[in-house]
Amino acid sequence: MTDTITEAEQAGFASDMTQSTTLGQSVRAYANRVRGGDMGALPSILGLIALFVVFWLANDKFLSYLNMANLITQAGPIVILAMALVPVLLLGEIDLSAGVAGGVAACVMGVLIVKHGQPWGIAVLAAVVTGAVIGLVIGLLVAKLGIPSFVVTLAFFLGLQGVTLKLIGEGGSVRVNQEVIYGIANKNVDPTLGWIAAAVIIAGFAALSLLRQRRKVAHGLQHQPLAVVVAQIVALAIVILGVTFVLNQNRSRNPNFPIEGVPWVLPLIAVLLIGWTFALGRTSWGRHVYAVGGNAEAARRAGINVDRIRISVFMACSAMAALSLIVQASVSGKVSTSSGGGNALLYAVGAAVIGGTSLFGGKGKARDAVIGGLVVATIANGLGLLNQASYINFVVTGGVLLLAASVDAISRRRRSASGLG
Amino acid sequence: MSSSTPVLELRGINKSFGVAHVLHDVDLKIYPGQVTALVGDNGAGKSTLVKTVAGIYLPDTGSYIFDGEPVAVHGPKEASSLGIEIVYQDLALCENLDIVENMFLGRESRHGIVLDETTMEAKAREALTSLSVRTVKSVRQSVSSLSGGQRQTVAIAKSVLWNSKVVLLDEPTAALGVAQTRQVLDLVRRLADSGVGVLLISHNLTDVFEVADRITALYLGRVAADVSAKDVTSRQVVELITTGQSSDLGGAAALTTV
Repeated sequence: MTDTITEAEQAGFASDMTQSTTLGQSVRAYANRVRGGDMGALPSILGLIALFVVFWLANDKFLSYLNMANLITQAGPIVILAMALVPVLLLGEIDLSAGVAGGVAACVMGVLIVKHGQPWGIAVLAAVVTGAVIGLVIGLLVAKLGIPSFVVTLAFFLGLQGVTLKLIGEGGSVRVNQEVIYGIANKNVDPTLGWIAAAVIIAGFAALSLLRQRRKVAHGLQHQPLAVVVAQIVALAIVILGVTFVLNQNRSRNPNFPIEGVPWVLPLIAVLLIGWTFALGRTSWGRHVYAVGGNAEAARRAGINVDRIRISVFMACSAMAALSLIVQASVSGKVSTSSGGGNALLYAVGAAVIGGTSLFGGKGKARDAVIGGLVVATIANGLGLLNQASYINFVVTGGVLLLAASVDAISRRRRSASGLG
Repeated sequence: MSSSTPVLELRGINKSFGVAHVLHDVDLKIYPGQVTALVGDNGAGKSTLVKTVAGIYLPDTGSYIFDGEPVAVHGPKEASSLGIEIVYQDLALCENLDIVENMFLGRESRHGIVLDETTMEAKAREALTSLSVRTVKSVRQSVSSLSGGQRQTVAIAKSVLWNSKVVLLDEPTAALGVAQTRQVLDLVRRLADSGVGVLLISHNLTDVFEVADRITALYLGRVAADVSAKDVTSRQVVELITTGQSSDLGGAAALTTV
């Protein structure tokens, strides 16, 4: 080196261990990141709060216990489908057929239960496997033949609707009144059990966060200040306890038949969210998904089997889509020829993007699907309460998606200008 | 610091693509602890030779000797398992990942199926520290926030992390400014001083004379000269690159002149 090394430069490498030691510093660092275009979930959370305020001002029924529970069940299928799409979007690909692939899978489940009298567990497994097989074929065509995923999945979008028609007959539908499947959206967790589960999740999150923090400090790794970790735990606790409290209130209009408790779809989403957050953030597979989405050539040179990653992501997507359409079947009580068709997929893509997942690949989280899915469902729910014509719903949702995509594009430009991830 | 036996030696390598005979009886020696510079004009066969070393191309004839043992290298994975690391010109880093994630990409440490971030971060920091890298603010910085020189530094540090015996650097200073070039060349020198055999592919003769111990010049697919850097002048090397010979380069230096 030249002989002009300053003290700061010499110490430069050790300084990263104790970076942002105080709460104030890390708040400032966060503000800088946001200004630099790395906004994460912030716009979608602010948007969600704004929507809640607007709809609450417009209609006092919006914040009623009954409507909040309805909102959760309405959001369920969108959130799960959006979560299915997050890994595909992380690769910079798209799966237009996820909705109808889930539709075919839900048909398989419905037919197995209704016509063949199979137990629900086997039917659900068969549906998930159906989804995975569809995803395998899509993945092979994209990865091995090199057809753009847009084209492959557009073809599947058209073709699989035909398969659904064939499975359940023109214009028909399969009623799903199996107790467990029907119960996902229509039955509730016992309030006591709900409180216990909420407490367990909060305690688990707190324990894991604090342990990780302590381990990082002990090994001299880069870590967040304790105050930030505690603030995250408190924020999560407030959200979980608040939601549990609202959903545990009696929301029945008939005083003789109380309806209370968290709808079963919510713990299902929680499990999927935890699973996907773990898979994407804490396993090599997840790391490789981000790598392929960020720079496929670099991933290949690093010895990652890029084709295998692509194929596995499309398989996971279609298998998750099967779960989404099973929940949809539970909400509507039937599987019909239009299951997963129409706008279902586009709403889910919109939800993921609104939540903060980039369409350019390499950036996004499983939780984006939850926040974005809630935004999309809130628009539909709120406008529905206001008895607006359905055209308004389309226009507003389209507008919000455009807004989210603009935020994505602009923040991406800012990120590359300011050099943030 | 010179060692008598090369860590990697190619002998009599020939490689053709259809009718194009790209490499003619090429000999290449990379010594541990030394920087060997590979110079030559465009089309001289530099990249073909590098890809042969990397295992991407199989030579038609000739032998590949690693640590004194003849080996056959079928593919980049076999090359890297021998301890040969290639730092490409266009870097091959994922901008959306941080420094630690990039350094361990494809070779992550794990506990069962869970990534072992503790070990990875500590090792990455150790590797950067061992190269006296002071220009990186944090190992958890995203690569997109790094300058060209810093990215090159990360790519080179990756080879230290994996205890490579041979590191191939393809034009490491091509896109860099003056100060960053300085940093990267210092790093190349420290890498060699730690006992690694370095092959530096470069067009920039100033850089070559700055760090190289030996210079191998390619001309139209043949080795025009394999000389010690202090035995030649910049003008002679230019002659070797452009004409394949140098009039006043006598004795052993011009052994393999065309």
